Amino acid sequence: MIEAVKQAINSFSSPVTIFSASLAMFALFVLFPRQITSPWCTVPILLLVLAFFAVGLTDEHFVKIVTAPDNVPIVAMIFIAGYFTWYAMRKACLNDARLERGEPTFEKTETDEKVLVFPYLIYIEFVVALVYAIGLVLWSILLKAPLEEPANPTVAPNPSKAPWYFLGLQEMLVYFDPWIAGVLFPTLIIIGLCAIPYIDRDPQPAGFYCYKQRRPMVIVFLFGYWILWILLILVGTFLRGPNWNFFGPFEVWDVHKVVPLVNVNLSDFIFIKGLGWGLPKQWFLREAPGILLCLLYFMVPTTVAAKTWLKKLVEKLGPVRYSVLMILLLSMLALPIKMYLRWAFNLKYIVAIPEFFFNI
Amino acid sequence: MFPNVLFEPPTSFKAGFPSDYEIGTVDMRWKDKFGVFIIRSAEGLYALSNVCTHLGCTVNWLGGENKFKCPCHGSGYYKNGINFEGPTPRPLERFAVSLAEDGQILIDKSKKYQQEKGQWNDPNSFLNV
Repeated sequence: MIEAVKQAINSFSSPVTIFSASLAMFALFVLFPRQITSPWCTVPILLLVLAFFAVGLTDEHFVKIVTAPDNVPIVAMIFIAGYFTWYAMRKACLNDARLERGEPTFEKTETDEKVLVFPYLIYIEFVVALVYAIGLVLWSILLKAPLEEPANPTVAPNPSKAPWYFLGLQEMLVYFDPWIAGVLFPTLIIIGLCAIPYIDRDPQPAGFYCYKQRRPMVIVFLFGYWILWILLILVGTFLRGPNWNFFGPFEVWDVHKVVPLVNVNLSDFIFIKGLGWGLPKQWFLREAPGILLCLLYFMVPTTVAAKTWLKKLVEKLGPVRYSVLMILLLSMLALPIKMYLRWAFNLKYIVAIPEFFFNI
Repeated sequence: MFPNVLFEPPTSFKAGFPSDYEIGTVDMRWKDKFGVFIIRSAEGLYALSNVCTHLGCTVNWLGGENKFKCPCHGSGYYKNGINFEGPTPRPLERFAVSLAEDGQILIDKSKKYQQEKGQWNDPNSFLNV
């Protein structure tokens, strides 16, 4: 019975099914947060996750990966990040219900007085930082660092994995050129996070947990955090094996697993398969459709939305902040779009100019 | 009292005689020291770099699957170095190969030949034996 379940999970697992299933669960969470964060739903979900680990721990291969010293914090991260997301959403939903009934929020019933960030908030954060520091010290004492022999430039371990906090980036590198996945996207993530207080300056729903009044912001943040960061780290850590092939959670890491991954550039699709002309010699002719497509991707949604359903937002933000917001949002969406294009059409690069090391 | 230095091997080296290499195999004997695969085909012989052109990890030769495979992001290359799977945008680079006066193969890693620039047509990128 358990073997059959494991087999089923393994054969279901692939990058596209895991990603799509996570997207579906994410959609359920943001559509029905009140129901999902209620104890009637949360406790069974928690039990299910624990049961998954309990069953998993009977599997030799699963144990080897999950209990590797450098993977332990990622298991902890699932529970810690899950708990804090649940906590914030639960409080937000309860506050939303109170506001609907015309009652003041929890925070307002505690005190109506405004307090300063320093020392009140910083003090709490400092205590939390201390607790985590103690946890880190205990972890490093109890679990030995997995040190290996001196590095040899001609030998790469198989699979070669980045430190756990970079595994999301490494997973992005499967779909993008190094300058995008390693330089542009991390920079945009940092700039985007810094830009949040300048783009979203609405003072009205501030100072208490709420969801209804800030639904778009909460959804965008949780999508970036859970789907594009945590999920990619989990896939990179637990489900990527030798030769960076994808393996199910209970699948043995076979070095000789053969996965068909042949990829084709957009220019091949258009000029060879579509038009039958063969590739143009000049790179700018060859890549013109891809470059055009990228420009349209950023320009069309921005202008169309500004004229139609985001009219009010443009008035509120002004053209500069609106454009920055749209560029950040579209860059963020470009990652899952490119992943699905790779899975559906084996599309390697939309713009491929290896002459200049420039590929999108 | 000397600094703890690892000296890199010279960039050009002699790799023995062409007859030392079997036709159709990917030879590993210089991989650990110099990072070079020597492949002899029916027409001749070429030296492939073992550095993946995606992000610079060292690729492995998988004999059973007949391909080079990168352990970092899954890029794959055919035996001739042409990329065909994974995120890699261009083929593996070739090093200059020539015959020294004593008849041994001379490999010069300071000269690289990139297929996407049309450099594999250069006579130095391929040794006819």
